[in-house]
Amino acid sequence: MPIVAILLLVPLLSSLLLFAVKSDKAKTIALGLSTINFILTLVLLFQYDKKGGTQFILDYNWIQSLGISFSVGIDGLSLMMVLLTTFLTPVIILSSFSNTYKNPNVFYGLILLMEMALIGVFVARDGFLFYVFWELALIPIYFIAALWGGENRIRITLKFFIYTLFGSLLMLVALIYLYNQSPAHSFSYDALKGVTMSRAAEGWIFWAFFIAFAIKIPIFPLHTWQPDTYTDAPTSGTMMLSGIMLKMGLFGLLRWLIPIVPNGVDDYGKYAVILAVVGVIYSSLIALAQSDMKRLIAYVSIAHVGLIAAGLMSQKEQGIAGGILQMLTHGINAVGLFYVVDIIERRTKNRNINQLGGIANVNSLFAIFFMIILLGSIALPLTNGFPGEFLILTGLYKYNVWICAFGGLTIILGAYYMLKTYQKVMLGNTNALTENFEPLTGVEKTTLVIICAMVFLIGIYPNLFLDYINPVVSQFISH
Amino acid sequence: MNSIIILSALGLATMFAGIYANKKILLPMVLLGLLAVIVVNTIDWDTNKHYYNDMLSFDNYSIVFTNLILVVTFLIFLLSGNYFKDHREHLEDNYAIILFTVVGAVLMVSFSNLVMLFIGIETLSISLYILAGSKKNSLASNEASLKYFLMGSFATGFLLFGIVLLYGACGTFNLSGITSYVVTNNAGLPAIFYVGILLIMIGLAFKVSIVPFHFWTADVYDGSPTIITAFMATVVKIAGFAAFFRLFFTCFVSVSDHFIPVLSILAVCTMFLGNITAVYQKNFKRMLAYSSIAHAGYMLLAVIAMKNQSFMAILLYTAAYSFATITAFTVLIMMKSANGNDAIENFNGLSKKSPFVAFAITLSMLSLAGIPITAGFFAKYYIFSTVISEGHTWLVVIAILNSAIGVFYYFRIIIAVYFKQGEANFISPDFAYKAVLIITAIATLLLGILPGLVIDRM
Repeated sequence: MPIVAILLLVPLLSSLLLFAVKSDKAKTIALGLSTINFILTLVLLFQYDKKGGTQFILDYNWIQSLGISFSVGIDGLSLMMVLLTTFLTPVIILSSFSNTYKNPNVFYGLILLMEMALIGVFVARDGFLFYVFWELALIPIYFIAALWGGENRIRITLKFFIYTLFGSLLMLVALIYLYNQSPAHSFSYDALKGVTMSRAAEGWIFWAFFIAFAIKIPIFPLHTWQPDTYTDAPTSGTMMLSGIMLKMGLFGLLRWLIPIVPNGVDDYGKYAVILAVVGVIYSSLIALAQSDMKRLIAYVSIAHVGLIAAGLMSQKEQGIAGGILQMLTHGINAVGLFYVVDIIERRTKNRNINQLGGIANVNSLFAIFFMIILLGSIALPLTNGFPGEFLILTGLYKYNVWICAFGGLTIILGAYYMLKTYQKVMLGNTNALTENFEPLTGVEKTTLVIICAMVFLIGIYPNLFLDYINPVVSQFISH
Repeated sequence: MNSIIILSALGLATMFAGIYANKKILLPMVLLGLLAVIVVNTIDWDTNKHYYNDMLSFDNYSIVFTNLILVVTFLIFLLSGNYFKDHREHLEDNYAIILFTVVGAVLMVSFSNLVMLFIGIETLSISLYILAGSKKNSLASNEASLKYFLMGSFATGFLLFGIVLLYGACGTFNLSGITSYVVTNNAGLPAIFYVGILLIMIGLAFKVSIVPFHFWTADVYDGSPTIITAFMATVVKIAGFAAFFRLFFTCFVSVSDHFIPVLSILAVCTMFLGNITAVYQKNFKRMLAYSSIAHAGYMLLAVIAMKNQSFMAILLYTAAYSFATITAFTVLIMMKSANGNDAIENFNGLSKKSPFVAFAITLSMLSLAGIPITAGFFAKYYIFSTVISEGHTWLVVIAILNSAIGVFYYFRIIIAVYFKQGEANFISPDFAYKAVLIITAIATLLLGILPGLVIDRM
């Protein structure tokens, strides 16, 4: 059986298994099965020919008379995204071990179902299939956030759902339009890419796609669902959202928007870059004023992905390569940061940075882990944030010096608010909340070691990944 | 044709069997009869027969629509065994009248003469007036019946007047006759011809509750016995839209520029009014009534496209809508018999009481909201695709806006079922209810994941 199909089937069947079997061992089963999927991805990684091009293609007729097929394949971009998904899912599951969720089998079943849909999004080579996976990824996270979330979960998750659904439907209209314009009436990626249309039509399609992706990423001013949802969802859900799901939007920009409407990108790409950079500055400034750590990281996340989006839309080689690398990095760092918050919150029942303090005095090991992840997030050289951010800023510099200057502000602002947070939470004197900060458990140590190892791996030897990314970059440049 | 004869005979037999035989055999008899009709109907596949000087013609679409109507009726009858348990005295009447309604519906999907269309609509409507009032001691049921009858006969008047005007212009009731008249006189069609189209449009729009001819819907749906509401909301929609499109596509394609703008405005109003009003409903039954109006708006989009694919679009959409709606009404019946009302709060905490029923109603709501991988999504996609290919992209943009509004109230049920605390009281489903829920859930998923099973065969 082709390996891509197995990659999709394992999480699907595991989730169905978990839904069916009510077991206390649900989390162990989920961890085991998702690790299998990660190992499968490593096999894929070694079999993949680094020269580029779409490999492991699988093409079945789904609805023949409508030109819809179940068509999947892997190129450098898909490979990186699948790797990120299958790597982070077991990490996220492992990180949730210290929390007890009611109905764990449903919880982990939903996470695995989401993994399946996300992999599907990244490997789909058929517009219809892409859309189905895209929407499918939304259902599990809706239930995760609404069933295990915080106080206002019902209102917030519904807002999140309707917001993103509306964007997706716009994309559906664009896809149907392209389908009707394609000579063979087919949804296949190559057919959609080959559609010729008027420049005005390309403009409309550009905006329909862009709004759909911008809501998911999220790009200012379509980000308003994000801080609430991140804050209110259970930590594992937040990790799935920020670590993997918002990469769907960035991935969509590369895979679907740029190659299909290159003229639209030439005409309107600049607005996308400007919006992204405005978002970077806006959310950095708001992050400065946050006292809730989870909310703070939510805004940091908007700033980081804004910069990635700017890099991708700058249409410069370095910007795109750096953007793809940064998508991996951001996934790992976001999961790491949310995990740190989770550890603190579980021990102190508090995540207000003004009320915490002095944790480093009590638990220096945890302080080191937090510091490493934090440095990765603010892009210190030798950590994973650096190569990606450097490449993105190089790309932006070639695009426009001012854009680069404003985008670069994020490094300064980011360093400021992250270090300030660290200072307030970890340094200083201990207080009643933090003086009994318990030592890290084995599971927590393992998770943090894995995350920190990745921070250094990408930081010190980014070529490990850039070798896969560089050959595909040229196809995501519109001119 | 054989299906109409057997159905009528089955209806008569049911009426007399109620007098002479044990009432317990009624239901099995009807169910077996319906299965037989499905088989007989399917045998005519690809034969394309015409009957009675071309009064009726059974092409493949008539057969598929007839089968859909029969399957839906079968499910309704499965539910009825339990529903009519407490008032058995008029059981045979109810059953027989439901069967006569189906005869009317089958006529509506297979007419090729305006007289047959009229007879079909009247058979369907008059039976429904009676069924709406079949809960004799309930004030609401009587009100529903009277309201439906008054408004319905008014609409029938419009329809008949329209048919007469068309006859005046064309000199024939026959669809192919009208078509050739339109084609040959395309340059100078008389005014009465256009007025005729408009009046027929009004008559049909009333039957499928298109705004502004929808005012009866909420009250009639609310007042009628729930099982009859389920029947009305599904079978009438299927037959109504099949008839609507059959008539307009066969005869009036070449003059479509004259009525497409009107239909477009009606569709936009229907979608907005149905969806927005549904958001404010606290009563599940009324919410479903407005949701049925909203869905009529989406289906009207398929009519507006005026393409061959519109048949398939209407078929898929009515099928997806019917299966989801039947699930919703099944759960509603279970809720109502335990709580005595249709409030949405009754659903609070249902997932803890019965994960199976919770899953079924969730799937049905997802399908109505049009979320992949349910039938509702694919049907909606198909309609959108058909409409966009005819260049009415702006209509689809309005439709997706409405889909987003739709999520708001359909998810209210899912939220109540899974996320709200409460003591969901409901009678636990017996075998028939379970069977209906399972069949509709499987159909919803199957049409959503493998729609090729239907599409690639037509």
